[in-house]
Amino acid sequence: MSEEFKIEIVNPEKSFLSKEDVIEVIVPAFEGEMGILKDHISIISFLKPGIVTIRSNSGEDKFYVEDGIVEFKNNNLSLLTSTILNLKELQKNKIQDLLKEAEDESNKTEITDQSKYLADQKVEVLKSLN
Amino acid sequence: MASLDDLKKRIASVKSTQKITKAMKMVAAAKLRRAQERAEKGRPYSKKMNNIILNLSNGISDKENAPKLLSGSGNDKTHLCVVMTSDRGLCGGFNSNIIKKAKSYFAKLSEEGKDLKIITVGSKGNDQLKRAYSDKIIANISFKESKHVNYFDANKVGKMVIEKFEAEEFDVCTIFYNQFKNVITQIPQAQQIIPLNLKNSEENKSEDSYEFEPDEDEILSNLLPKNISTQIFKAMLENSASEQGSRMSAMDNATRNAGEMVDKLTIEYNRSRQAAITKELIEIISGAESL
Repeated sequence: MSEEFKIEIVNPEKSFLSKEDVIEVIVPAFEGEMGILKDHISIISFLKPGIVTIRSNSGEDKFYVEDGIVEFKNNNLSLLTSTILNLKELQKNKIQDLLKEAEDESNKTEITDQSKYLADQKVEVLKSLN
Repeated sequence: MASLDDLKKRIASVKSTQKITKAMKMVAAAKLRRAQERAEKGRPYSKKMNNIILNLSNGISDKENAPKLLSGSGNDKTHLCVVMTSDRGLCGGFNSNIIKKAKSYFAKLSEEGKDLKIITVGSKGNDQLKRAYSDKIIANISFKESKHVNYFDANKVGKMVIEKFEAEEFDVCTIFYNQFKNVITQIPQAQQIIPLNLKNSEENKSEDSYEFEPDEDEILSNLLPKNISTQIFKAMLENSASEQGSRMSAMDNATRNAGEMVDKLTIEYNRSRQAAITKELIEIISGAESL
C-alpha cells in the first residue's frame, strides 16, 4: 500500500509546485510545527513564517514561507502562500535582505501584537538560516 | 483640389502613422500572450482561496459574530468603489467601458441616497472621473513604474481598503475591472468584495467537516484580508490581459483604416497627376495647332 499523497503549492502568480509522491510534509502552523502524513484528518490551518519541509520518494525539499494557508482534504494538501522561496536557490545576501526587512518591521513601534509576533518569528527563522 | 505636393505629404504621414499602429499592435500581441498566461496561472490561487473561505464560513457556528469583512458592518450607507483602469491610452474602449459601468453604478447609488467614495487605480480612470467626481475621489493609485502586475502592488491596494474599512470609512466595497474573455471581448465587471458575496456556495460540496487550528474565527479573520488582496490581484491580472487585448484589436483596426486611407489618397493623387498631364498635353496641342 502506498503511503503517498498529493501536494500543491500555489502563490498568487502561479502554481508553484505540484507533487504526487509526497510521504510527509512538515508545516510551520500558527500554533507550532505540524507534520502531515497520508490519511490525516481534513484540516485547515494557517502558517507563520518558517520552513516547509516536503519529504517525498524523490528526496527532501525545504522552502521558506512568510505566511500561508494550508488545507488538507482527501489526501490532497493545498498550500496557499504569498511568499515562498526554495532554500536551495536562496542566496545568502537575499536572506540578509529579508532579515533586515523583518527586523525593521519588528522594531516598528505602532504595530499590533500579532504582527509583532509574526515579524519576530520571521527574524528568528531567517537568523537560523544564516 | 489639394495640390500634388500636399497629397504626397499626406500619404507619407498616413503611412508613417500606419507603421506606428502596426508596431503597437505587434507589441500588444506579444504582451497579451504573457498577460494572458499570468492571468491563467493566477486563477488557481484565487479559486482555492475562495473554496477555503466557503468551507470556513460554512463551519462558522455563530453567524452574528462573524468577522465584519465577511458579514459587513451592518450598514449600507457609504459605498467605496475601486475603479481599475490602465495607465496608458490607445487601447480602444477599454477604459471607457469600465468608466461607463462605474458611472451607471454611481448614478444608481446617488439615486438611492447613498454616499460614494472612489479609489481609482490607474491614471486613465482618474483622468476621466476627476471632472465629474473630483470631490468623491479619495485616492488615486498608479503602478506606472512596475513592469508587470505583481502581488505586492495588489497588496498595497488591499491594505489601504482594509484600513479604511476598519476606520469605518465605508460599508460596502465594489471593484470595477474588465474581465478578459477573448481578444475582441472584454466584459466590464462590478464585483463586491466587502462584505463578501458567497453566492456560489451550493456548487461546493463540503460534507466532510474540517478540523481547524486555531479556531474558525481566527483563521477567517486572518484569511479575509488576504482574500481582499487576492481578489484585487485577480482583477488586476484580468485587467492587464484585457488592456493588451483591447489595444491589440484597436491598433489592428487603426492599421486597417490607415491602409484604406492610403489607398484612397493614392487614387486621388494619381487622378490629379493624370489631370495635370492631360491639361499640359491639351495646352501643347492647342498651342501647336494655332501655329
